[in-house]
Amino acid sequence: MFSRILIANRGEIALRIIRACHELGIEAVAVYSEADRDAPYLKLADEAVCIGPADPAESYLNIPRIISAAEIADVEAIHPGYGFLAENVEFAQICRDCGITFIGPPVEAMRLLGDKVRARKLAREVRVKVVPGSEGTIQNDSEALKLANKMRYPVMIKAAAGGGGRGMRVVHNDISLRSAFGAAQAEAKAAFGDGSVYLEKFIVEPRHVEVQVMADKEGNALHFYERDCSVQRRHQKMIEESPCPILDEDTREELCKAALRIIKEANYVNAATVEFLLDKNKKFYFIEVNTRIQVEHPVTEMVTGHDLIKWQLKIAAGHIIKIRQKSIKHKGVAIECRINAEDHKNNFAPCPGKITKYIPPGGPGVRVDTHVHQGWTVSTSYDSMICKLIVYQRTRTEAIATMKRALREFVIEPVKTTIPACLDIIQHNLFVKGKIDTGFVERNF
Amino acid sequence: MAEKKKSDLKKIKELIEIMKKNDLVEVEIKHGDDKIFLKRSQAPPTGTSVPTAAQNTMAVPAGPNASQAPTTEAEPAVSQLHAEENLVEIKSPLVGTFYAAPSPDSDPCVEVGSQVEPQTVVCIIEAMKVMNEIKAETGGTIAEILVENGQAVEYGQVLFKVKPD
Repeated sequence: MFSRILIANRGEIALRIIRACHELGIEAVAVYSEADRDAPYLKLADEAVCIGPADPAESYLNIPRIISAAEIADVEAIHPGYGFLAENVEFAQICRDCGITFIGPPVEAMRLLGDKVRARKLAREVRVKVVPGSEGTIQNDSEALKLANKMRYPVMIKAAAGGGGRGMRVVHNDISLRSAFGAAQAEAKAAFGDGSVYLEKFIVEPRHVEVQVMADKEGNALHFYERDCSVQRRHQKMIEESPCPILDEDTREELCKAALRIIKEANYVNAATVEFLLDKNKKFYFIEVNTRIQVEHPVTEMVTGHDLIKWQLKIAAGHIIKIRQKSIKHKGVAIECRINAEDHKNNFAPCPGKITKYIPPGGPGVRVDTHVHQGWTVSTSYDSMICKLIVYQRTRTEAIATMKRALREFVIEPVKTTIPACLDIIQHNLFVKGKIDTGFVERNF
Repeated sequence: MAEKKKSDLKKIKELIEIMKKNDLVEVEIKHGDDKIFLKRSQAPPTGTSVPTAAQNTMAVPAGPNASQAPTTEAEPAVSQLHAEENLVEIKSPLVGTFYAAPSPDSDPCVEVGSQVEPQTVVCIIEAMKVMNEIKAETGGTIAEILVENGQAVEYGQVLFKVKPD
């Protein structure tokens, strides 16, 4: 096992990783930008190194500074968390070149699955249905028009190098496709450095269901069941739950096995999430693989009883999976609400500022993952997520009741948060019945 | 490896602090095959009762013999220091290792009292095997040096304080 690692991230996930490290007897080195200088979780780290000013490009995305910090702090490995450099192939390669273990997949697997087009091709090779779409990237709008008419509208233009719900546009006819195509390419180039786009059939009212997987360096892989992340706004997840409320056991097994086939075919190591769309007939279609630990990982932790961050550390340290799939069971229901500093009455505009009053909920079945505390200033430099509120109960009805209670107990002032929006959603009769799809939020709120 | 040496150096510094704090004169630590022996040549402060630490005998402090302890921190030469607010700070723009001189055999780039101009190289910071020359970016006299040769520094760490012209 490692004796010392560096966490190349900030906020709640940095704290999450520090906690897992300490329970495994690993020293945790944190890095911070000047904006995070006063974060209390830094004091929990065994060492903290300032790596730059607030701007992420100069700090959390600055590879030379992070590698330098890893060298002076004398660490054996780096955990990249999620976002920032977590899926940056160059960073993973540089870690390898510098003799620092990257806690995540090998460079080759990351590169392969990070390319959405290649990932789709791989999925088809292992008999996993993909969302109908282009075989490769689309070069121009006439090619796009031809395919869109063949697949039939609506279609989605997606960035091959994209992720996190960005670089996607839905078009319903030739006119909007023509105008959106060039814009989508330009957007992709600006956001991801790669203007390649591909086309996908837009499945109407799908559910977003993803499978958590873990693989070791010898090709053994396990799944930890699925999460339903259909409650989204503009492709950003708001609420996630496990298990998917409408999945029968057979489909669940098929889905999880499909995820494992993809991971094994890619020679993947460490944690990943395989994302699918579920249509109204419970047919699933592969979309993409996220080659990192995800924000919503606690939901899976609650229903399976496994600590996924500890799994990541152990796998990266060379441990081989000794348990069998059948020993991973899911029990009960977990729901997570992402609490962001956003004003839901003002189109979810970000609301940075100082939190002068902060009283988190508690009691049975409540887990709060956050780095925030009373007196914390929500910065303009980073994303607006301040907290993850997770509840866990034996049944979905009880979980919803606990979430309602916990959201009502939660006090965050004066910064506006998405707590009221989450309350509205979980009390909506469609959510209570589990009849949701990815368009649910935008249609009803 | 250089990395292991830095980590050892840090541990030795921590031991020195513990010794000073508890007025220990001699400490020997064995950990597997590793052994460290540190001996202070300083007299304990007069008037204070000497705490007895386990397995330590508070002997009469030895004379100025060669101590086996590595060099202690450079005491900041602050003799002519005026109010702190007048001093300009030179901060590290990088994460890395601070070196006072361009090479182990040369003289330090600057010392307390050295005159500097904005383009004067005041130190080297090594980051990922690249030696970066750090310029003063200000004019004046070096009033204080806050880091030691070989010390790990972070972004924004104050390296020097300069009394402006």
